[in-house]
Amino acid sequence: MKRSLSVALLLIFSMTACRRPQPQAAQAASAPLKVGLVFDVGGRGDKSFNDSAFRGLQRAAKELGIKYDYIEPAEPADRENALRQFASGDYPLIIAVGFIFTDDVNRVAEAFPKKHFACVDYALEPGQAVPPNVVALKFREQESSFLGGVIAALTSKTKTIGFVGGMDVPLIHKFEAGYRAGAAWADAKVKVLVSYAGVTPQAFKDPAKGEEIALSQIAQGADIIYHASGSTGLGVFEAAREKHILAMGVDSDQYKDAPGFVLTSITKNVDEAVFQVIQRQLEGKFKGGVIELGLKEKGVGYVYDEHNKALIPARAREQAERARALIVADKLQVPFK
Amino acid sequence: MNFALQVLHVSGPYVLAALAGTFSELGGVINIALEGILLDGALAAVLAAYWTGSPWLGVLAGVAAGILTAALHAFACLRYEVDQVVSGLAVNFLAAGLCRFLLELVFGSSSNSLRVETVGSWGPLDPFLVLLLLLVLAAHWAVYKTSFGLRLRSVGEHPQAAATLGVPVLRMRLWGVLLSGALAGLGGAWMSLSQHQFTDGMSGGRGYIALAAVIIGGWTPLGAAAAALFFGAAEAAQIVLQTYGLRVPTQFVQMLPFALTLAAVGGLLGRRLPPAADGIPYSEEQD
Repeated sequence: MKRSLSVALLLIFSMTACRRPQPQAAQAASAPLKVGLVFDVGGRGDKSFNDSAFRGLQRAAKELGIKYDYIEPAEPADRENALRQFASGDYPLIIAVGFIFTDDVNRVAEAFPKKHFACVDYALEPGQAVPPNVVALKFREQESSFLGGVIAALTSKTKTIGFVGGMDVPLIHKFEAGYRAGAAWADAKVKVLVSYAGVTPQAFKDPAKGEEIALSQIAQGADIIYHASGSTGLGVFEAAREKHILAMGVDSDQYKDAPGFVLTSITKNVDEAVFQVIQRQLEGKFKGGVIELGLKEKGVGYVYDEHNKALIPARAREQAERARALIVADKLQVPFK
Repeated sequence: MNFALQVLHVSGPYVLAALAGTFSELGGVINIALEGILLDGALAAVLAAYWTGSPWLGVLAGVAAGILTAALHAFACLRYEVDQVVSGLAVNFLAAGLCRFLLELVFGSSSNSLRVETVGSWGPLDPFLVLLLLLVLAAHWAVYKTSFGLRLRSVGEHPQAAATLGVPVLRMRLWGVLLSGALAGLGGAWMSLSQHQFTDGMSGGRGYIALAAVIIGGWTPLGAAAAALFFGAAEAAQIVLQTYGLRVPTQFVQMLPFALTLAAVGGLLGRRLPPAADGIPYSEEQD
């Protein structure tokens, strides 16, 4: 039922796309590139990871004139189906958003060797190569989380800070490890409370659980909580509003989700990565392999703008920038687990 | 104190759904559809709060959606004597699909709604918790101290005997199911409004866990509420223990209700008997 729904919606989208009258000049040139994008658990509207990918897609539509369609899979089995659906249609480039797609992308990429795939957060197994028609978009989230840990440790008044992870997996451990290391680097006495929402993908879309976890960390003295948990984090923001503490957003700038209660957001420019892959595809320069973005490549960072400047003490900002310079210059190694 | 409040907060939807299941089953109708009713109630609450700006209208809409969804189940079970488990499962699948469809229509995403306001607190009191306490007591009173409760239980135990005494069996069963829908719909509204948004699949199996609580509670409102509270406490404890560095696997906590249900139906927790005519369709023509 759900699957046929997305198929029906997809049909409607593509039909309306066809029916739109095209200007003569555009018709003479080749048809616009069609990109298919499949969302991760949490889906569109998570205001974090998925929405960041979607912004990249929208920007490509606006600036590069591509067409796009997207699917939000309802069930785990729908992920591979969604990829296959795009691959068997006229979508030369298919983007999968999230590490959870790694196996699905491998299978579908093998079945459709002429199509190009991009997988955000693709989980690379040691000794295993990325298929030639797949580009793995990876980020060094531990580096930006390190800066987050520095800011949290130097902003906290209770000297207790929290971390709420989504699913308990290596990808999210990178955020935790960087955050812990950053806090310890800034102030060895700061205590870091760590919780994960669960061990299934459901843990990325459970705001109720996020709120309960945050409340229990606050009860133990945490006055700043960093989340890396998809839409589960929306519950962390609710707890922050309720108890008047500060939360830290992830992946997108999440200030607007709880204005005044978001210290900063540890950003991961999935939008930029998605945009660049589309651009390369358009220029005929798509190449399989791994693209890894860290602080140096400006693929990750933290938000410091007119909204949250007042919340971050000068010393925290100073130390965070010092850490950034050290990491970029390879003088500081950030652990990832 | 903090922990107690957290337990109550986590348990709320479980307790309401467990009361809902009890009413339905006391009247003789198994209500597997609780999961779908929770979802529909949750979505309706958010939609109404989003459109009207009033969270209390959201609560009402949640209850109304719960009643409507339960009516569908009742229609299939009572009017057409469909197998109650099959009908309930069908309602759950329908609700899951319908919610994603409506989310996509209204919010352009089949996963998340926008943020809505929730009901304000009454001084130090959470209105949902006050409502919950009143409802648990009212449920006990209604089942054991009123003629309505007696009639409801009679059609669940021995509908033929009840019919000979002039009790309208199907109408009583319908009341049981509709009441069940109202309670579970309220549980859904609680879930979504307290987190300010609707998330796809947010019921997360709570409807099924509530059915487990009904069985462990021995088909009594207070028993079911206590069992639901226990499951809520286990979930809250898992969350709190984690922040102390003690990792209790979430799988263990999720398994707990069902393991206890097996123990309960196996007679390990003392003898519990369901209403004798629970799950057996009744047709008025047969006698």
